[in-house]
Amino acid sequence: MLVFAVRRFGTMILTMFVVSVLVFLLLEVNIDGVATKVLGPYSSQEQRHLWLQANGYYDPAILRYLRWLGNFVVGDFGESVRFKVPVSEVLWPRLANTGILGGIALFFASLIGLTLGVIAGMREGGARDRGVSVVSILTTSVPEFASATFLMAVLVFQFQLLPGTSGMADGFDPVQLVLPVLVLVIYDFGYIARMTRASMAEVMTTHYIRTAVLKGLPYGQVIRRHAMRNALIAPFTVIMLQINWLLSGVIVVEVAYAYKGFGSLLYEASLNQDIYLIEACAMVAVFVAVMTQTLADIGYTYLNPRIRFS
Amino acid sequence: MTEQAVAAVPRRESSVLRFAKGLALIRESWVGMVGLVLVLFWVFVAIFAPLLAPFPPNATGAPLTLPGGPSLDGSAVHWLGTDQLGRDILSRIIFGSRQVLLYAPLATLCAYLVGIPMGLAAGYRRGLTDDVLSFVANVILSFPVLVLYIIIIATIGASGTNIVIAVTFASAPGIMRIVRGLVLDLRNREYVFAAETRGESPWRIMLVEILPNARGPLIVDACLRLGYVVITIGTLGFLGLGLPPPDPDWGGMVSENRQVAMFLPYIAIFPCIAISSLVLGFNLLADGLREVSLRD
Repeated sequence: MLVFAVRRFGTMILTMFVVSVLVFLLLEVNIDGVATKVLGPYSSQEQRHLWLQANGYYDPAILRYLRWLGNFVVGDFGESVRFKVPVSEVLWPRLANTGILGGIALFFASLIGLTLGVIAGMREGGARDRGVSVVSILTTSVPEFASATFLMAVLVFQFQLLPGTSGMADGFDPVQLVLPVLVLVIYDFGYIARMTRASMAEVMTTHYIRTAVLKGLPYGQVIRRHAMRNALIAPFTVIMLQINWLLSGVIVVEVAYAYKGFGSLLYEASLNQDIYLIEACAMVAVFVAVMTQTLADIGYTYLNPRIRFS
Repeated sequence: MTEQAVAAVPRRESSVLRFAKGLALIRESWVGMVGLVLVLFWVFVAIFAPLLAPFPPNATGAPLTLPGGPSLDGSAVHWLGTDQLGRDILSRIIFGSRQVLLYAPLATLCAYLVGIPMGLAAGYRRGLTDDVLSFVANVILSFPVLVLYIIIIATIGASGTNIVIAVTFASAPGIMRIVRGLVLDLRNREYVFAAETRGESPWRIMLVEILPNARGPLIVDACLRLGYVVITIGTLGFLGLGLPPPDPDWGGMVSENRQVAMFLPYIAIFPCIAISSLVLGFNLLADGLREVSLRD
């Protein structure tokens, strides 16, 4: 178990390393591009040349990469071109905001997804199963930007029930979180439901469930004590991996509702060619994704006694 | 004599025909049929766009006409109204289907053309090839997809070709993983051993013996992936990172029309319905195909 965990973290660090090379290659190798992005498109050739020289951009690429990586590891991401402050000053508060939004969304998506999945998987092919599968196909077919627009048109402009933007201009306001969370939950619960359903349906065909039913246990007890315990191990991984997808959805939702989070930050950064901010956002996003994957793997191994004790 | 002998052997159906017959099984699943109808509807609309659309997609008239309102010269009707530049929404949705049905299949195809050989090589050769390819795939898949798209588009710029490149780059690893999994199962079949014994080249075995037998799950996956690529193209359009204006693209229309949603809440919804119905079509089709393929 410990060996596995250590090896898994090793893979994670290796992945992060390769990702950093990739990000560096994509964004930093073309140094004229970097200078143009930092100094703006109207800077003169002379200015760019001086800037590149002053910041050591004429050093060999390997050296620049190592220096860049070193700064990254200690949390020095450089200065944001657009905000004119160190990237970390903008990044961390935004990330915390997204953590709130994503956390609430993930909680509700999991709650609904797991419940529907268990109900559907209890009797495979039954009416409830068909119903849940149709609903989940429907909801996962509507892109986030479409449901965001649709809910905005109906709930904000038609019935005027909710605020249309989530900028939190006058301090934190939970009402402004309703729409973004709703959009994320609608898109994400279907997948969790389908995976839970598959896992539950599989468990329901096993011998120990048959035995439990045949020895006369109440059906509810069979489901709760025997089936769900095993059926919910696989969805744990699915939910953890869902965080990776959630990070994509969060970008759309934050842009759509002007929520001041990590996603809208990356979006603004890309529109403004704010290179250091893009790099930092990309690395942080991948770090979160890889971290959750690692935890998902380790957690799955721990939760599943068949693996834990072998 | 020899001619008779040849004639006595029943002609094997062409592989194309057998393939078509396999796909025709979709008739047995009503879910799949609904999906097929939705997809074919949009294909039909895309092909006959110039005949179906009441207005040219970029022609301007009176801005923000209500749905069902007359055009400026009163000769035609804006069934779904006009946007803030006075362009007919229905016509733009109709022409927008061309964009999405051109780029989504093209990008998916490119992703498969890259992902399939990678998966075949990883699954069939195993060893170092597998380790390296799988690691590369893991690295790319560890990016949240939209983050990857934004970085790529921010680096190479927004255009149709670049969307195809970005989708290929981001989806090929997923396809590789699926193909690899299928190959790991199929490579131990007798017909593969037979081909190896005949001394056929590895790539011939992979492409002629293994790949055709992996087609079932791959077709289902392709349908799902098409739906997802449609969402991706729409999302990029919505974020202003997609196909450049002024030609209509559904995601871009949503974000343009959203700006006037305060006055006309519904005009932004129409392109949303269009894109959702197309994605739903692909997803239902995939579900139907899976159902039919599991049946036998």
